[in-house]
Amino acid sequence: MAPKREPVTSAYMDGLWTQLEPLLAKVAKPARYIGLEDGAQRPDHDPRQVAWLLAYPDTYEIGLPNQGLQILYELLNEHPDAVAERTYAPWVDLDALLRAHGLPLFSLDTHRPAGLFDVIGFNLSAELTYTNLLNMVDLAGVPVRTADRRPEHPLIAAGGHCTYNPEPLADFLDFVVLGDGEEIVSEITDVLAGWKASGRTEGSREGVLRALAGVTGVYVPSLYDVTYDGADLVAVTPRYPDVPEMVEKRTLADLGDWPYPKNQLVPLTEVVHDRLNVEVFRGCTRGCRFCQAGMITRPVRERPAEQVRTMVAEGLRRTGYDEVALTSLSTADFSGIEKLVGDIVRSTDDGPPVSVSLPSLRVDAFGVGIATQLQKARRTGLTFAPEAGTWRMRQVINKLIREEDLYQAVEAAYENGWRRVKLYFLTGLPTETDEDTLGIAELARNCVALGKAHTKSPSVTVSVGGFVPKPFTPFQWFGQNTVEELRRKINLLRDDTRKSHGVQLKWHDPKATLIEGVMSRGDRRLGPVLEEVWRRGGVFQEWNERFDLDLWLDAMAAHGVSPDWYAHRHRTEHEVLPWDHLSAGLHKDFLWQDWRDSLAEVGLPDCRWTPCYDCGACTGYSIEHIVASATPPAGGSQGTGQDLRSSSVPVSLLARRPELAGTTPGVTP
Amino acid sequence: MRIRVRYRKHGKVRFTSHRDVARIWERALRRAELPVASSEGFSPRPKLHFGLALSTGHESLGEYLDIDLYEPEAQTVDLAELPELLTPLLPEGIEVETLAVIDRGDLSLQEAVTSTSWRIEVPDIAPAALAVATDALLARTTLLVTRERKGKPVTDDLRPGILHLAVLGATPPDAPEPGAVLEAELATHPRSVRPAELLAAFDPPLAEGRVCRTHQWITNDGATREPLAPLGAPSPAQPEARAS
Repeated sequence: MAPKREPVTSAYMDGLWTQLEPLLAKVAKPARYIGLEDGAQRPDHDPRQVAWLLAYPDTYEIGLPNQGLQILYELLNEHPDAVAERTYAPWVDLDALLRAHGLPLFSLDTHRPAGLFDVIGFNLSAELTYTNLLNMVDLAGVPVRTADRRPEHPLIAAGGHCTYNPEPLADFLDFVVLGDGEEIVSEITDVLAGWKASGRTEGSREGVLRALAGVTGVYVPSLYDVTYDGADLVAVTPRYPDVPEMVEKRTLADLGDWPYPKNQLVPLTEVVHDRLNVEVFRGCTRGCRFCQAGMITRPVRERPAEQVRTMVAEGLRRTGYDEVALTSLSTADFSGIEKLVGDIVRSTDDGPPVSVSLPSLRVDAFGVGIATQLQKARRTGLTFAPEAGTWRMRQVINKLIREEDLYQAVEAAYENGWRRVKLYFLTGLPTETDEDTLGIAELARNCVALGKAHTKSPSVTVSVGGFVPKPFTPFQWFGQNTVEELRRKINLLRDDTRKSHGVQLKWHDPKATLIEGVMSRGDRRLGPVLEEVWRRGGVFQEWNERFDLDLWLDAMAAHGVSPDWYAHRHRTEHEVLPWDHLSAGLHKDFLWQDWRDSLAEVGLPDCRWTPCYDCGACTGYSIEHIVASATPPAGGSQGTGQDLRSSSVPVSLLARRPELAGTTPGVTP
Repeated sequence: MRIRVRYRKHGKVRFTSHRDVARIWERALRRAELPVASSEGFSPRPKLHFGLALSTGHESLGEYLDIDLYEPEAQTVDLAELPELLTPLLPEGIEVETLAVIDRGDLSLQEAVTSTSWRIEVPDIAPAALAVATDALLARTTLLVTRERKGKPVTDDLRPGILHLAVLGATPPDAPEPGAVLEAELATHPRSVRPAELLAAFDPPLAEGRVCRTHQWITNDGATREPLAPLGAPSPAQPEARAS
């Protein structure tokens, strides 16, 4: 490792390590604070380079696997004018010790104080982590409110799915990035390099933010005025003519140009998803109406199969992992997925056993067929997400799978040796009736019955989450169910499944759903609420054991905002939404039409394989789907354009499996 | 073929746990493409045998790991080159010092090791004061400690397990917390005496600074040796002079 070369003016020539060392001996899981992962970089900090601190506002074990953060970490360290390090939220024990010893938030890579970086960029993936962001900014020694920051303070930025409505955080974020980060970080670096070279003089913060607002995809909340009429939001308007009225998201045209991460970080201690991850495509056009990820990441951009194979082979060799996940929002939809997984399985035949996993299994026998090829050993459980209990409800949410698809998938799972099936559902969906809710229990019981033919005590776990409407989805106008209503529905299911042998019911706490809902579609008036919850110790609210609803309700009452108004109220067609000045490419009238279609129980096909219905995501940015095959994948009805209502949908169990089996000798244990 | 590896664990990486280190080794051995033997069954695991667990946060100059290799593939492995091959595949601070083929019939590390030596930094105490406390501790004939085991209180006497205890002097200048340094040899049978228990047995109890396991010892029929001699030391076959 090259000797460290820091500016001589730094008060921390060796980073904070010597001061941190005695504290780490006193905290839980200290390995999360040491860095040293394979793939980690310890950059020399040259005063001419822009120093980025990439931050994840949750614990190391949740944040480390985040691929977006890792991609930017590599790209920035490759950039001649930038260096990047990482940090994650210190758990409450270390947080208290740092504060007691007057030590700041630090980077993991060189244990450098966070306040010495030029920009701290947060990945925002969940609303309940917002208070962690405030806490980390404060622990970095930076004023939490943008208005109180001075030229010597780092810029505080955020990207990730939650930034499609960053308004509740508008008081705290200097700038926000919408969409794919690969290209834009370089453009932002150029702007920040100029600011740094100019000496970050008094008053220069406003100048650099103004310049950043000129980069497509960057949103600077402080450059917009918000007008209210009573409770209603009337307008969000730029304060200067050179600041865009509408901030457009960034979208990579071709994922094949970005084979990152090349050196995925290999953690020394346990984390979630501890395996090699290779992203096979970005975007999804299945059109599930509850799914924000599928709406904001359009269009579908597949990675070339050859590049996937190379990334898998090189990644396994470099990391020593024995598991690789092919990631995307719906990996079974990748063109030629059977050939791809066949190739990967075959290529690892000579070496030690490697398991390949598809984190998102489609609900049909085809998906199970692939899973069977992949999971050579340990066939313990398979997970499917039908999302709703009746066909009517699934038409409303545009998750077009028929009951037969699910049953064939489950049948195939049991036939191939799986013993446990897990089913994910949402409750509190638009137009949901008790019949729809109880349909969940009915489906689960039928799955248990199917399993009886194959195993003595089949087990079906039903996991139910409360639905939270998200910005830039057709359901953004829908008032979500109250905590009481969600609880009533869960109780209905509990009563109904109590005597159902083999059905296990699990559910998410509806209380947390309320706060997620408030923040997801909230506006700037929630800033003081976030600040108060944080000041009163409300951090790690995404952790069940630490979530405290009263803290939130008290803070909202104190600041005169109503959780009911934000979460439970249906929006009208012409209401100004807090994110109307931001764009994910989707036409608002497309979303509104899709919302009306939803209420009329009309489905919408997948535009990868059917004609364009002009949602705006491609046409607005002059980009297109990049899909190797124009033919929908085999098996099941899900979005394949088949006549879903006729009784003879051509679903053939494990349709093309013989071909796959033939190409992968020696797969079966 | 079974090989025994001797390695050091020091610096930042000492904050990884015993389980973490096991996973780190599994990945490193896969990257080295060694013919490591695996268990049978649906979830095959590589056959690695670790010695006495080192507490998270403690350093060590002498950690051991036994690895089973498949025959005849093992014959093609150049054992002399293996330390230089493995160390770069391990995180900074874990360094392979030496390795040797051992007899499959040998006792496992957990059974064979009879005592371990430690260098323990005690913050906020002068060497002279620590010497007085040490003499007082050694003057005791019993050191009874009670701990919960399977929900029942179990009382043990630590005193027979303290084989050697002495003050080495003041902490070195790089110590994060200045104080004095203890040197201890602690028995592993019938039960291991842990450094934390030793410090807690003092009156008043001592705080724990940096802790380093300097040696592991196998005493057999009066002869004492290390499971694998460090580089430059006499070969393991020859009994070596004991440190205390």
